Amino acid sequence: MADAVTPPGTVPARAAEAPRGARGPRRRADAPPGRLRRRLSTYWYAWAMVAPVVAVIGVIIGWPLVRGLWLSLTDADEANVERRIGVNRIEATYEFVGLDNYLDVLRDDVFWDRLGWTVLWTVACVGITFTLGLTLATMLNRAFRGRTLYRMALILPWAIPAFVSVFAWRMLFNERNGILNGVLGNGGIDAVPWLSDPTWAKVSVIAVNVWLGVPFMLIAMLGALQSIPAEQYEAAEMDGANAWQRFTNITLPGVRPVAMTVVLLSTIWTFNMFPVIFLLTRGGPAGSTDILVTEAFRLAFVSSPRDFANSATWGVLILLLLVLFALAYRKALRKQGEVW
Amino acid sequence: MATDTAQPDGAGPGGEPEQLPGPRSARPAGPLPAGRAGRAPRKRGERSRAASVGLHAGLLVAACIAVFPPLWLLVTSFKPKSETFSLSFVSDFTLGNYDHVLNDTAFLTWFGNSVLIVLVTTVIGVFISSTTGYALSRFRFPGMRPLMWTLLITQMFPFAVLIVPLYNLMSRYGLLNQPVALVVTYLTIAVPFCAWMMKGFFDTVPVAIDESGRVDGLSPFGVFWRLIMPLARPGLAVTGFYTFVTAWAEVAYATAFMTGEENLTLAGGLQTFVNQHTQDWHLMTAAAVLIAVPATLVFGYAQRHLQSGLTAGSTKA
Repeated sequence: MADAVTPPGTVPARAAEAPRGARGPRRRADAPPGRLRRRLSTYWYAWAMVAPVVAVIGVIIGWPLVRGLWLSLTDADEANVERRIGVNRIEATYEFVGLDNYLDVLRDDVFWDRLGWTVLWTVACVGITFTLGLTLATMLNRAFRGRTLYRMALILPWAIPAFVSVFAWRMLFNERNGILNGVLGNGGIDAVPWLSDPTWAKVSVIAVNVWLGVPFMLIAMLGALQSIPAEQYEAAEMDGANAWQRFTNITLPGVRPVAMTVVLLSTIWTFNMFPVIFLLTRGGPAGSTDILVTEAFRLAFVSSPRDFANSATWGVLILLLLVLFALAYRKALRKQGEVW
Repeated sequence: MATDTAQPDGAGPGGEPEQLPGPRSARPAGPLPAGRAGRAPRKRGERSRAASVGLHAGLLVAACIAVFPPLWLLVTSFKPKSETFSLSFVSDFTLGNYDHVLNDTAFLTWFGNSVLIVLVTTVIGVFISSTTGYALSRFRFPGMRPLMWTLLITQMFPFAVLIVPLYNLMSRYGLLNQPVALVVTYLTIAVPFCAWMMKGFFDTVPVAIDESGRVDGLSPFGVFWRLIMPLARPGLAVTGFYTFVTAWAEVAYATAFMTGEENLTLAGGLQTFVNQHTQDWHLMTAAAVLIAVPATLVFGYAQRHLQSGLTAGSTKA
């Protein structure tokens, strides 16, 4: 990224190394400007084309990231950050406190509770979603009447914005009047406290997230299944492999490359899944469904006073966890010989 | 929909692994005449009747679960307030909820805010990510590898690490409650992924086309704009669609950055119907339907390209 902007400060360094490649004294004289100009004239359109994205990443991802790191080392909260009231500007008065925030967070049980639930939530959601997605894709990946209709129905949850679907589910889950409890009541079963009991609330948020996530898996897996050559199945059938053996020995290895990418993406998305939990339970009852990101959001924007420093600390810790996960995942892939 | 024309291989060579070009008339229910006259061996690609029933039953259950919540939302939006939670499909059909939402709430303002933000984000996002994708796909230039890594890594950024500093920066420059704050923020989500995906698409366009364009005297930008962009239309559709959906459905930033009733986007506005203070489920359902319809239409248009786009993007990663 730094190269793409060609900082002018690097010119002398380049100039110093350029003459080594040049051959007589005459060329030596005009080599320095030539090198830079040649690089510019060779690459200027490539650099011009990537410049907007570099600017976007630098200004609105890089800069806030650095600021976030800085905030996590201070005691910034609602009362002492820089802000405007009308035309008056109030200067920031928060102070540097070192690693205190990190120590506080890591010593507190809340963080570890949330982390445990976040891991459980991620594993459960991704596991169930992947299994269902692959199963449905296998079922859809053949010719039969109504295939298109089924496919359209199954990807509908993807087409509707997540926050709308979450409200729909909230209505279904409504404890006193919702249709789920209504149907159960007609069957003589007691009302289930879908969203107000800690355990049921966890089941409910996972169910909704699985419902939202299956279509993506389904489409990705259908694509993967269709890339497996049919000859492999024919050969296996000639050799007497039954359906299950064909599935485990041809289908599963065949979808592996796509599955790896999709599972990685889906894990990161689920880990960061904000709307489902925030809109369905607001992290309740009593924080039992709060994952790390909703807790970080709550600290900064819902609780009072707004605690920006602590929220930033949680944010940095979340980022660290994700980076560690991605590195471990990559290493695992390397070990199994995937080139990624 | 057009899915079957777009990828007829559902029944073709790649789609149905067990199907040979055999007789297809007996497809869904297995060989009918063979039932009693001794057990004729089943042909390849034909299912037993039990397997067929199981297949349809499984898919039917899954489809019902997938369709029911949105369907119930739609059905409920036509019921008056007193009947919101009744279990029957239709009771006292009324359009009153829609009338109220459209005329007596700020819904249209929210809708306008959302449309403005989403359109601007999509246009800017798709344009700058396609120039970047093209450069990454065609040119070998210094700084290319670091850029690709940066794009990959920023895709993983949790919003939680950016939201607080962004909020503070926005409030410092007086951008809170301004649409531009959300446009800028959504670009951070959309651009890295879109650039990566567009690179995958441009990789599938033969380089020979670029070369012939250069030979005929086009500049590198001319090649990009006049030759490659028209060819990459499916890719543009997918990235545009992705940006649209992301921005249309984003909740966290919209909730944090936009306050005050006239500044909300749809994601924030919908929350005002059902919260600690109000329980206007009947209005919420009507608003939800009005929000979901445009998104579903865009999705229906783009989903033809989706499968190829996803696999192209993911396997190239």
